[in-house]
Amino acid sequence: MIEFKLPSLGAEMDEGTLLEWKIRPGDHVKKGDVVAVVDTSKSAIDVEIWEQGTVWELLIGVKETVPVGTVIARLLEPGETPEHAAEEKQQRAAAMTPVASAGAPAPAALAGVIEARAATESRQRTSPAARKRAAELGVDLARVTGTGPQGVINRDDIERAAASNAPAKNRWTEMRHAIAAAMARSKREIPHYYLATDIPLVVLSRWLAGRNEGRSVAERMLIAVPLLKAVARALARYPEFNGHFRDGAFVPGSSVNLGVAISLRQGGLIAPAIRDVDTVGLDELMRRLVDLVARARALTLRSSEMTDATITVTNLGDQGVELVQGVIYPPQVALVGFGKITERPWVEDGRIMVAPVVTASLSADHRVSDGHRGALFLAEIARLAQDPGKLDEPAVGR
Amino acid sequence: MKMTYREAMRQALHDALADDPRVFLMGEDVGKYGGSYAVSKGFFEEFGPDRIRDTPLSELGFVGAGIGAALGGMRPIVEIMTVNFSLLALDQIVNTAALYRHMSGGQFSVPVVIRMATGAGRQLAAQHSHSLENWYAHVPGLTVLAPATIDDARGMLGPALQDPDPVVIFEHALLYNFEGELSEAWRNVDIRSAKVLRPGREVTLLAYGGTVWKALVAADLLAAEGIDAEVVDLRVLRPLDDATIMASVRRTRRAVVVDEGWRTGSLAGEIMARIMEQAFYDLDAPVARVCSEEVPIPYAKHLEDAALPQPAKIVASAKALLAKG
Repeated sequence: MIEFKLPSLGAEMDEGTLLEWKIRPGDHVKKGDVVAVVDTSKSAIDVEIWEQGTVWELLIGVKETVPVGTVIARLLEPGETPEHAAEEKQQRAAAMTPVASAGAPAPAALAGVIEARAATESRQRTSPAARKRAAELGVDLARVTGTGPQGVINRDDIERAAASNAPAKNRWTEMRHAIAAAMARSKREIPHYYLATDIPLVVLSRWLAGRNEGRSVAERMLIAVPLLKAVARALARYPEFNGHFRDGAFVPGSSVNLGVAISLRQGGLIAPAIRDVDTVGLDELMRRLVDLVARARALTLRSSEMTDATITVTNLGDQGVELVQGVIYPPQVALVGFGKITERPWVEDGRIMVAPVVTASLSADHRVSDGHRGALFLAEIARLAQDPGKLDEPAVGR
Repeated sequence: MKMTYREAMRQALHDALADDPRVFLMGEDVGKYGGSYAVSKGFFEEFGPDRIRDTPLSELGFVGAGIGAALGGMRPIVEIMTVNFSLLALDQIVNTAALYRHMSGGQFSVPVVIRMATGAGRQLAAQHSHSLENWYAHVPGLTVLAPATIDDARGMLGPALQDPDPVVIFEHALLYNFEGELSEAWRNVDIRSAKVLRPGREVTLLAYGGTVWKALVAADLLAAEGIDAEVVDLRVLRPLDDATIMASVRRTRRAVVVDEGWRTGSLAGEIMARIMEQAFYDLDAPVARVCSEEVPIPYAKHLEDAALPQPAKIVASAKALLAKG
């Protein structure tokens, strides 16, 4: 009997998801045949077999995820009968049962016992101090070599591993920690209130289509740009949403730096700022947005961009949601969300029509502003978004 | 100034007798003979038979008398020849001295100081060589001291006499002839804290009384092998100074407790338990201990040496924690 185990298809791989079996019971396979397609979180990979035999049992189904080393199929060796294989399978299963049966174990069972014991004894020992330090530094114990008695991993081993690790290795853990800390602080300290309003984008869509006409795909302006601009302009009239809450008091921002929430492909979220959105033109804003997203995803942001934001704008429309009720990023005091732009029935001047509509929402800090002003602020965003011709003009008031 | 442990202890007693008329010394052979370990030599002539009192061989009686004198307003220092003999007086110490404050609802305290020799290493055989510090360290109501350095021998008696409750002082018999430098620090010695005698980074050797110098020797041997050991002198066995112990263990992440008591039920066991309770997550290795073998301390020199904690055993134990064995 041949046990076909899920092979490791790279150092990073510890499990795989079966996408497709290329074999069925009864098929004859030979060395080098592709037997399955497995997704390894990086890509789908054709898995080959290195033995010759007849497929007997397939042990996992499509979409099933199993650790590397799991037996996923059994094959009959050339000339082997299914009865013989069944017997061998039973023996192996018995060998893995920890309770020893009376009498001398069969040779195969004995081998199994020894194997099982070896597995227990080879369990990596890690000192309590090392475990604690590894958790603090986000070091994966599986990648650390122990130098203590009997190969115990001690704290020095962790320090060494952390020092030699490329920082990128733990970036996602660290990012998760950072998000967790900021969001927990936000919900702990900031009394949020939430408002939302629907904005018809008939005029804006038409205006944008006209503006993008004749431009190449790369040059086309995204609808997010005039929406960002509308937020920035509205902030000029409602400055209590633009700034930071520090040491028990609100400090208004000296400029409008919009933090743009960008989700990263590897998971996690980053909200770097575009500076002075109230004073730049729409084309320049588009250019800066594209640049920012690209650099955010490449993780080559400047540190100032990470700290300058005076308010955050998040757009979850691409994910299909209509309403965002965001968590404010401290020490900011407000977050504006845009949902998906959908065609909805819209009543205007007593007529019903189909219009592209977006739901704009506001999460704001009740220590700094009240719902009344929040409503006016959202209404101002709605008004500006429907008057795109004026968005390119310089800001007025303050 | 260089002096012996005996001389430091003698000076401490002399100060106490000279400074406070309520202080008197009582015990077997402390007077005309000058003390079994010659600590009170010359006192009988200087202070007279009222203040340097020879007693019959009756520990229960004279320790009880000391407790009575303390209750009556005196500041007695009672000397017991060895800890083995102190077992005769256990009832007075444990059931009376340690309990009176409690039993009287705080009306009476027993400001007695009980000194006794302890430990092996001088071929005095089993009935004079045991280390039973842990028996006393077990008892609430007592303060238990183990001066191991010249400074502590000179400085601990003063604060012990100031203490309104009973204090037991263990003097390791092997230490009396040790010579060392008396520093000015002796004037500020306390009876509450442990002390780092030698700082180190890789392993903490926790010792008290007669094992402190062995731990220091072991630390030198370890240093020669490239292992940086810290030595903590516990000094006070009750109450144990957890803060100093844990701070050291957290720094070095490894500990060897050195205790001349027998392993089972030892102070070493108590200290290990505390480290588990308080510093488990800072450890890089199981806490180790070097104790006396569980036999009556033998008379024969080579057997006595083999039964006791020795620097070589401490070194081996420390190295095992560091995988450098």
